[in-house]
Amino acid sequence: MWDYTDKVKEHFLNPRNVGEIADADAVGEVGSLACGDALKLFIKLDEKKERIVDAKFQTFGCGSAIASSSALTEMVKGKTLDEALGVTNQEIADFLGGLPEEKMHCSVMGQEALEVAIAKYRGVEAPKHGHDHVETEGEIVCKCFGLTDLFLKKVIASNKLHTAEQVTHFTKAGGACGGCIPKIKELIAEVMGEEKKVARERPTKLTNLKKMQLIQETLENEIRPQLWADGGDLELIDIDGPNVQVAFRKACAGCASSGYTAKFVEQKLREMVSDDIVVQEVQG
Amino acid sequence: MKEIYLDNNATTKVDDRVFEEMRPYFCELYGNPSSMHFFGGQVQKKVDEARGRVAALLGAMPDEIVFTACGTESDNAAIRSALEVFPEKRHVITSRVEHPAVLTQCRNLTKRGYRVTELNVDGDGQLDLKELAAAVDDDTAIVSLMYANNETGVVFPIEEAARIVKEKGALFHTDAVQAVGKIPLNMAQSGIDMLSLSGHKLHAPKGVGVLYVRRGTPFRPMLVGGHQERGRRAGTENTASIIAMGKACEVAQLHMDEESGRVRELRDRLQRELTALIPNTRINGGGTQRLPNTLSIAMEFVEGEGILLLLSEKGICASSGSACTSGSLEPSHVLRAMGVPFTCAHGSIRFSLSRFTTDAEIDAVIKELPPIISRLREMSPFGREFLAKK
Repeated sequence: MWDYTDKVKEHFLNPRNVGEIADADAVGEVGSLACGDALKLFIKLDEKKERIVDAKFQTFGCGSAIASSSALTEMVKGKTLDEALGVTNQEIADFLGGLPEEKMHCSVMGQEALEVAIAKYRGVEAPKHGHDHVETEGEIVCKCFGLTDLFLKKVIASNKLHTAEQVTHFTKAGGACGGCIPKIKELIAEVMGEEKKVARERPTKLTNLKKMQLIQETLENEIRPQLWADGGDLELIDIDGPNVQVAFRKACAGCASSGYTAKFVEQKLREMVSDDIVVQEVQG
Repeated sequence: MKEIYLDNNATTKVDDRVFEEMRPYFCELYGNPSSMHFFGGQVQKKVDEARGRVAALLGAMPDEIVFTACGTESDNAAIRSALEVFPEKRHVITSRVEHPAVLTQCRNLTKRGYRVTELNVDGDGQLDLKELAAAVDDDTAIVSLMYANNETGVVFPIEEAARIVKEKGALFHTDAVQAVGKIPLNMAQSGIDMLSLSGHKLHAPKGVGVLYVRRGTPFRPMLVGGHQERGRRAGTENTASIIAMGKACEVAQLHMDEESGRVRELRDRLQRELTALIPNTRINGGGTQRLPNTLSIAMEFVEGEGILLLLSEKGICASSGSACTSGSLEPSHVLRAMGVPFTCAHGSIRFSLSRFTTDAEIDAVIKELPPIISRLREMSPFGREFLAKK
């Protein structure tokens, strides 16, 4: 069960401003049935068309989506349009005493609906979220939820997100097939100015001693743990130039697919140490 | 607030008779069944009795019963064993709607060079045995198909499936965690090689499971380092829970008719009245064979978590196939595999009954759920469009 704050529960059980405004000045819609949540926001301005005098919503979504919508409508009442545009998703979450991180996308949806509504009222092009499956500016990163790189970069920057998992929690991107997670990591690196981790480079020239050391390290850190996972093990018997002799232990010993395992060991050692390595299985 | 517990496919109440049976084996009769002294020996006798009771429920022989720590362990042990028994075979078959205990393991196997076939299901969540027959070949080590689905209650034609698989020489395993105790099983007249069950779905405590292994089925243990369970599952026996499991099986046998009679009638009444009172519903798996205790009902234009939270306010405990309740973002893999439309998948609720479910509890759901759905539909933009069209 989600650890919702009392305020989230209260706004879910007694949501404020549910419904529609027939003569609304601005309406913003984001989300879809397929996405699993959607929000339609109605805004009514005062006679001078400066301040928001009323806001109502309709939401399809989970408890926190409904609570976030309720919070949003309460927060924007009395604000000018520019002030309302300044409301961040973090402020919506704060208003509710916090949201579980997995549910932060609900607060993002509120903020998006507000931006769309105000942009439509002003007659400018609505900001592109991709959330409503519209092909827009920017490149679609998450195909499942139709999210663009521009939108993701904005959310990463404004919420200071550091991991792909956080991006999923805030935007849903990467939450379905997961195919875009590498791309999301690149975006994080780009936005947060992180140096991409330089892939561990293989040393070009090895002394014999260094090579033996590297073979042992690779066996200990990369290979044996994988064998353990299947109940197997191996022991290093000897290293003679490029020839590495190993004996299989536990489930690997006498296993009919040990030839396959030996190939795996060889491949891994070639990748991590040197191309000329030959692995031989010995009884020892 | 007294709970109205309709989430018995998640876990069940420990039956009082079961609890009484296990109670002495913590502080008084705590001996190790392997010990040579009388104090351990008397526990051994009770463990043997429990083994006999489990075997009786399954129509099996006592030496075919291996006690484990949970259903997940039984599933893992069965599949791993088959792969060790047939190291040259590199193909595994399962279905898209399996419990993660099976599905995750199979998907992990693809990373180790195995070919894994996930059989499809139709709109009712039912298997196509022709697809199975076409998929199984000489390279197939094991086929693992669930007896009954935890989300929809859909019962697969397991005996027919086992027959097809046995003809091709592969091992056949079934995850029967949801089926045992709800529908009669008889291993004596079955082609199943291995079958998993779980104590806590059967009014025994959490932390005990069983793997049935047919006599003559080659088996390699997952846990080694002890002679327990005839070398098929090392580790000191969880004696109190094993004894509880035996009792739970005995009690389940007594209540089997009630499951297919009274419990089924309660479920059918719940389904009938909810579909009459709530427009635009769909029964997931409604067109095929189902467990008598499970109702998965999809309600259009609303989202499951909201329904569960509002039911919970009324003390009603149910479960959902919705994404939002699990922290994942997609509706359940079972509903997706069945092709349940998105309008419905997010608003699917599972009620799972037990022999403890009363008429009054079903009445409470029939009274409370319809207004919750209209309230959420009122709030939903799609629900409003739908109501406007009406």
